[in-house]
Formats: sequence, C-alpha cells, structure tokens
Amino acid sequence: MNQARPKVAVYKFSSCDGCQLAILCLEDELLTLAEKVDIANFLEARSRVVDGPYDITFVEGSITTEEERERIQRIRENSKYLVAIGACAVSGGIQALRNWIHVDAFVQAIYATPEHIHTLATSTPIADHVHVDLELSGCPVNKRQLLTVIASLLRGRIPDVPPYAVCIDCKLNGTPCVMVAQDVVCLGPLTRTGCDALCPSFGRGCYGCFGPSDMSKPETLAEHLKGRRTATPEIIRRLRGINGWSPKFRAATEKLEKTTP
Amino acid sequence: MLPRVSATVAIPKPDLQQVFDNLRGSRLRLIGPTVVDGAIALGEIERTEQLPIGWSDEQQPGRYRAKHGAEKTYFAFNVGPHSWRRFLHPPRLTLFSAKANGKMTIEHDGEEPPRYAFIGVRACDLQAIAVQDRVLMNGSYRDPQYVARRSNAFILAVNCTKASSTCFCTSMQSGPRVTGAFDLAATELPDVFVLDVGSEAGSQVLEGTSWAPANAFDVGRATEAVQKAERQITREVRTDHLGSLLFEHLESPLWKEVSGRCLGCGNCTMVCPTCFCTTVVDTIDLSGRSERIRVWDSCYTTDFSHVHGGNIRPSLRARYRQWVTHKFAAWREQFGVSGCVGCGRCITWCPVGIDITEVLKAFRSTGVK
Ligand code: SF4
Ligand code: SF4
Ligand code: SF4
Repeated sequence: MNQARPKVAVYKFSSCDGCQLAILCLEDELLTLAEKVDIANFLEARSRVVDGPYDITFVEGSITTEEERERIQRIRENSKYLVAIGACAVSGGIQALRNWIHVDAFVQAIYATPEHIHTLATSTPIADHVHVDLELSGCPVNKRQLLTVIASLLRGRIPDVPPYAVCIDCKLNGTPCVMVAQDVVCLGPLTRTGCDALCPSFGRGCYGCFGPSDMSKPETLAEHLKGRRTATPEIIRRLRGINGWSPKFRAATEKLEKTTP
Repeated sequence: MLPRVSATVAIPKPDLQQVFDNLRGSRLRLIGPTVVDGAIALGEIERTEQLPIGWSDEQQPGRYRAKHGAEKTYFAFNVGPHSWRRFLHPPRLTLFSAKANGKMTIEHDGEEPPRYAFIGVRACDLQAIAVQDRVLMNGSYRDPQYVARRSNAFILAVNCTKASSTCFCTSMQSGPRVTGAFDLAATELPDVFVLDVGSEAGSQVLEGTSWAPANAFDVGRATEAVQKAERQITREVRTDHLGSLLFEHLESPLWKEVSGRCLGCGNCTMVCPTCFCTTVVDTIDLSGRSERIRVWDSCYTTDFSHVHGGNIRPSLRARYRQWVTHKFAAWREQFGVSGCVGCGRCITWCPVGIDITEVLKAFRSTGVK
C-alpha cells in the first residue's frame, strides 16, 4: 500500500445491505479504521465521495440487472484489490433461487406494472463477471473476518481465511456436536467456517451461510441423513437456502434432484 | 492420620466434596465432567453437585445421548465429547503478542500455565495422557506448556462401571480398569467410593474425610463393578501385526470405499484424546497489535498437507489413510505405543458414524485372504 492512507470503497449490488451493516457494526474499531484508511466511497455510511482509483474495494451483492453488469466492470477498473463480501457477492445469494426457475413468471405474478422491471434471468456472483482478489463469504460476513482482512492488507500480509469446515471451530470451541448429541440437522460438515461456529453454539444446526468448505461433500451427508432422519428434498432445500448457486452446492443439489424420485 | 501410598480405602460419597475443597485449597482448578448442551463434557467445577449426578450416556456410531435417571450415581457414564488434552494441550494457545511500532515489541510472552486437578479421568484417557506424554514431554521436542500443565496436574481417575457400545479399551489394553500413574483412582459403589491411593498428594487430599481402609466386601464389590463394565464391551480390534497389515495395504481399494462415506470434516481427529497436531496462526489488528496463536490442526484439513509446490495428500482417500495409518501403525514406530487407546470417541462423534473397528476388521479380512 502507498504511504498516504489507502483509499477504501464499498459498493452495493443486489443485496439486503446486511454486509455493509456488518462493516458499520465494527463499532469499537470504526474510528481507528477511519484513521488508518480513507473511507472514500461508502454511500451507506457517508455522502462524501472521493474519486478513485481505490486501493481496496468491497463489493456486496450479486449481479441481477444489465446496469449492474456494466457497473461492476467500471468498479473493477477503478480498484486495485477487490473483495467480494457476503453470500450474494460470492455465490449469487438467496436471490439465485431464480436461476432454477423462469424469472418472467414471477415478474408477471408479483408486479403491477411488470413492464417497468428490467432484470436478468439469473443472479450471479461477482467473480462470474470480473476478477475478484478475495472472497469473504457469510450471510452476512463476519465482522472479525472483515477486520482481519483489512488489517492484514494494510500490513501487506495474506489474510488468513481458513477454508475448512465449521466442525473444526465447534471442536476448538468445545461445542458438543448438535447433530450427534441432539439429532439436529446441521450443514456444518459441508460449510466453510468464518462465523466461529455460531449457530451450533446456540443449539442450532448450521444453515450453511458461509457456503461450501473446500472439501464439502453434500451428497455424502444427504445419503447419510436420508437413511436416518431427513428426506433428500429437505436437504436440497437447505443447501439451496443461501448459497445454492455456489458450484459445489449447485452440482450436488442438481444431482440429488435427478436421483430422487 | 492419612493412608499410605498404594493403600485402598473407602470414603462415603458425600466426602468427595472435602476432597474437592482440599484440592482447591492447594490452589488447583478443578476440571471435571459436567452436563453442557446435552452432553457430559469437561468443564471447571467447584462443587460435587456440578458433577453429572444421576446422568448416564448412550453412545452409538454417530449418536450420543445423555440421559437423566433416578439413581444418584456420580460417574455412571463414559467418555464424552471432550478429552483432557483440551487442558493439557489447549485448542488455542497464545504464544506471544507483539506490537509493531517501527520495530517489534513483545508485549506478552505466552500464557501462565494453569494448575489443574482432573476429576474423573477414565482408564482410556489416562492411557491417552501417557501417550501424549511420550509425544510432548518425554521425546526430543518438549512442549513447555504441556510439561508445566502436566507436571502440576492432580489426577483423580475413575474406573468405569459401565461401558458404551463404542468403547473398545479392552482391545487396546487401556481399560476399563485404570492402570498407570494417578493420584487417586476411584470405583463408585452405591454407598462409597473405593479409592486406590496412587501418590503422596492423593493421600493428602483425604485429609478431613472419614476415610477407612477398604474392607474385603468393598474391594470385592469394586472389582465386580469394573468387571461388569468389561463384560459390556462388544467392539473389538485385533492388534497383532496391525501396523504391518495396514502398511501392506496402502493401495487397497478399501481406502477409497471408506473415504467415500467420509465427510472430511476432521471431527475424528479433533475428538481423539491422543492427536497433537497444531498450526500457528498470526493475527493482526488495525493498531498493529499482533498475536501468535497455536491452534489445533488436523490431517484432514487441506492446509495441513500443503507444502511448497502443492498438496502431498490432495485426496480424501489419502487423508483418511493418513489418520488410520498414523493411529494404528506409524505411531508405534514413532513413539513406541499405539496412537489409539480405544475410547471410541471417533466412532460416536463422526457425524456419519464411520466405525474404525469395522474399518480395521475389513482390512483384517483382506489380509487373511
Ligand atoms: S482413534 Fe478413535 S478410539 Fe482411538 S483413541 Fe482416537 S478417538 Fe479414541
Ligand atoms: S497426523 Fe492426524 S492422526 Fe496423526 S496426530 Fe496429527 S491429526 Fe492426529
Ligand atoms: S473405552 Fe473403556 S475406559 Fe474408556 S470410557 Fe469406555 S469403558 Fe471406560
């Protein structure tokens, strides 16, 4: 990074703003952050906009319109290091459920004046459109992880974003496995950690909001659950809930759909 | 007067609180079984009421249930999701912290090792501690934190009076009767604890209890209670030439078959009481404060086997094989003992219930052919 304070930008695409809020939730660190970097373009937080190019750009949201498809190109050109944040930006998000159906039917059914709706047939991740330097998943992103990334980049270090499953963090934290001890369906063994195994620590199964871990084997878990307690359509539904369009969950659910009567 | 070392005594069960108080009086932190989130885990305790009184457990491959019953038993369960390595070789340990201010200033040089008293160490887990002693204390690489924690630890062991379906300590010659080094070893009877005094410290903590030499009746009942546990053990591993059997079948199709059912989550290594692998993580915050933390790692993570130029175990087949061959074959060559003590945790806590004893049986039948 250059001597002057690095310029940081935060952009929003099709999304719920939750990941931008995760940045604003860094309450204790926000002032230090504002000292260390120039928050040059972050409309959710301030109206002042400083022109690019930006040293670090965070992008929230998926690409669902023609306008977004063009805008992301300009943002990429104006950014040295681009970080996709959140399930939408990394995998297409919940709105990628449209990718399996005909979006026109929805537009017709829901909007009073469907002719005003200009939308693409699909919701796709940022990396489908431009080169992404780092992906931070989660719905929303984890603020600790965000901070690690910013602090590491400021020091020229490679951010440590482990690719392994939630299970490892449950074990480090000492949370007894909710699937084994309480019969709760949990996507933890398939899901990348980053949340510090939050849901199981409250007795809930993992929803998979960080998307697949590097070794995720959804079909293996589905096969096991089918034999024990949960039918395959339910597993498909869960896998598609947040990160369904990530390549691993997508391939697995499509295969499961074909092989399930 | 206090009992001599190697005496067998009996104390009324409520006197266990006096033992706790004596241990706490010598500034030890008590760690023992306690019910957490539907499982009998290990946590910090002060009073006997925090023990899982009346609780028992049922364990099967991929399934664990803690159950509460009418009887006022203190230790009527087997090993749970945690093992003592959480405390001797903690999952996260800050090695030092430092501040970058032009140069590097060390702010905090490692953690002060806590002094523990372990309450209710089962035979298999006592053996597991002995296994980790070889790795982390008695070998060429001594881990100072482990050495300090281990040397100060008081051990109140407990003989199992029931066994779970996943236990196979008899095969691994580690239980259910406690052998090896302990300060006290208890067998629970309905009215008393029968205690073997294993050390001077073990004798001293009986101060103020109404201990009495165990009579023949108590000793007989205690022996019978442990035999009952032994009879309940159904799982079995044949250990003769097991290492060479596995090494001869490194290319067996069985590895692929089993790893096909495996999720690659690494839970088996995380719950295992003898696994010792760690990675080192450096954290940094915005102010430039940095911590170096040692974190448990597992041979199932991809980073674990990532070396310069690529991954030496890129497939789950290779990683599954690493775990099994390390525990049951290479460990013996490295440390002179089996890396498995038969506690059954990897069977119970595998989310898909892969049973190591069945896997080894399958290799045995291949080998016989
Ligand atoms: S390999 Fe399994 S049974 Fe053996 S000591 Fe480890 S967890 Fe226990
Ligand atoms: S290599 Fe694997 S099996 Fe061996 S001690 Fe390490 S984590 Fe455990
Ligand atoms: S494996 Fe043996 S010593 Fe360990 S808990 Fe089971 S019965 Fe007890």
